[in-house]
Amino acid sequence: MKSARSTLLALHALVVYAILYGPILVLMVFSFNKSRQAAVWTGFSFDWYVQLAQDAELVHDAWHSLIVALVATAASTAIGTMAALGLAGNGRELSARAARSTTTALVYLPIVIPEIVMAAALLTFFSITRWHLSLVTVMAAHISFTVSYVAIIVRARLIGFDASLEEAAMDLGANRVQMFFRVKLPIITPAIIAGALLVFTVSIDDYVVTSFVAGTDSTTLPVKIASMVKTGVTPEINAVSTVLLVCTIILVVVSQKLMTGRNAE
Amino acid sequence: MLPTWLVLGGLYLLPLLILAAVSLHQADDFGNAASVENWGQHIRSGEVAANYEKSVRPPFPPIHVRSFVLALVTTAACLLLGYPVAYYIALIAAPARKNLLLALVVIPFWTCFLVRIAAWRLILQDQGLLNTLLLKMHLITEPRQLLDTPLAVLIGLVYGELPYMILPLYASLEKLDRSLLEAAADLGARPAARFLRVTLPLTLPGIVAGSVLVFIPGLGQFIVSDILGGSHSMMIGNVVNDLFSGGKDKPLGAAIALELTIAVLTMLIAWAWYARRRGWEIGL
Repeated sequence: MKSARSTLLALHALVVYAILYGPILVLMVFSFNKSRQAAVWTGFSFDWYVQLAQDAELVHDAWHSLIVALVATAASTAIGTMAALGLAGNGRELSARAARSTTTALVYLPIVIPEIVMAAALLTFFSITRWHLSLVTVMAAHISFTVSYVAIIVRARLIGFDASLEEAAMDLGANRVQMFFRVKLPIITPAIIAGALLVFTVSIDDYVVTSFVAGTDSTTLPVKIASMVKTGVTPEINAVSTVLLVCTIILVVVSQKLMTGRNAE
Repeated sequence: MLPTWLVLGGLYLLPLLILAAVSLHQADDFGNAASVENWGQHIRSGEVAANYEKSVRPPFPPIHVRSFVLALVTTAACLLLGYPVAYYIALIAAPARKNLLLALVVIPFWTCFLVRIAAWRLILQDQGLLNTLLLKMHLITEPRQLLDTPLAVLIGLVYGELPYMILPLYASLEKLDRSLLEAAADLGARPAARFLRVTLPLTLPGIVAGSVLVFIPGLGQFIVSDILGGSHSMMIGNVVNDLFSGGKDKPLGAAIALELTIAVLTMLIAWAWYARRRGWEIGL
């Protein structure tokens, strides 16, 4: 009786995993399809990958994505970590507590507000301030909605931080700077790396906000992919998507390995 | 906290406030906000709220209703699909395999959402895999139109939001005190009664958290309906996009975007308030 129920649940889980991974697999398989017609398998070929590498516009957009993601990651990680340190402060006065709770609310805003609303708000902001739409506006937009991810992840780690470690370091004669770099920073480093990684993937994948705030000469890969999708599914999209998916999966697996290795030490 | 305020205040809060200001204007010929000559007159005549009034008149009500219903059905579907999976991972799977099973739920999070949704076009199009399969199985005699329908949007929404449901459900099922289930069994409760009267009430925080995490992004969704929905399955997000990037009527788009924001924030605050009152952890 009990095992029958377990089997049923296991089967259900299997079906759900199939739903989660089916489309990704379909996409990958059909990126090697010879035929231009999407759903008919006619033979194995690398043609679409070759075509991809020769598509100058696509390669150009991919570079844009990479540059934006790297800049956004660096900036958001630094600012987000500072925010987290501020949020995890231990000032007990009313003003310190009020500052913390308003800043916390501000940090959660980008997580909860629909992306399309933010896209509209940022476009309006850039046009009113006469900020020419370019890669710079894309970077600014990406930083604005990714800072929060780092702040929240690092703050979670800081909340678990044992304050007595801080006191012990001070008792042993460390000054504030030494204490920070040799005690606090090593402890929050895994969270900073996790946050940075999340920012990178969110930035490189972003379509909604980017499609609003990118100028005509500053489109990114997701914007390009979206326009390709809308003009009809070609195997080229499957190929570029496969490349993107494989890259992110490798990134995640490597970072997981790095972080579990670090924690195990 | 100064850098935080510079970035989030300047690039997030300020644009949002500007958007709110824009929503109080009328559109000029280019769809931008026309300058107001006399604010007193603008307010007295009620023109200041004209966009909000427009937003609840045709053609918008069916779109609002569709967004709401799609988000609601998505939430229900994710709950029905996700609960047994979370239950399996938390209470049945071998402990050594739990991490792998959880990682498999999380990995899609990290991969391009747009690409994963676009993959459904391969499956749902007229000559797509699903139609081919159904034809081969003789369940249908000619291809059905699946793409560019509300059903396609629903499938995409459920597919995209499912991990957001499974994770909080897992967290609350994992915390479930199993001795309570044993006690219920000892007292003669049958499996169904144990589930309905012990497991379900104790995992209510996870159910509510998962539902909020699915419903809210579902309501504001733009990509799924943009890629899979076509022109007859628009959601609120598509209307905002249409009014903005088409340069049709930005002030009206701003008003609708703000209504969406207020709806979302109200729901979240209500949830946080209720959860705190019940003593649930919501991880904020």
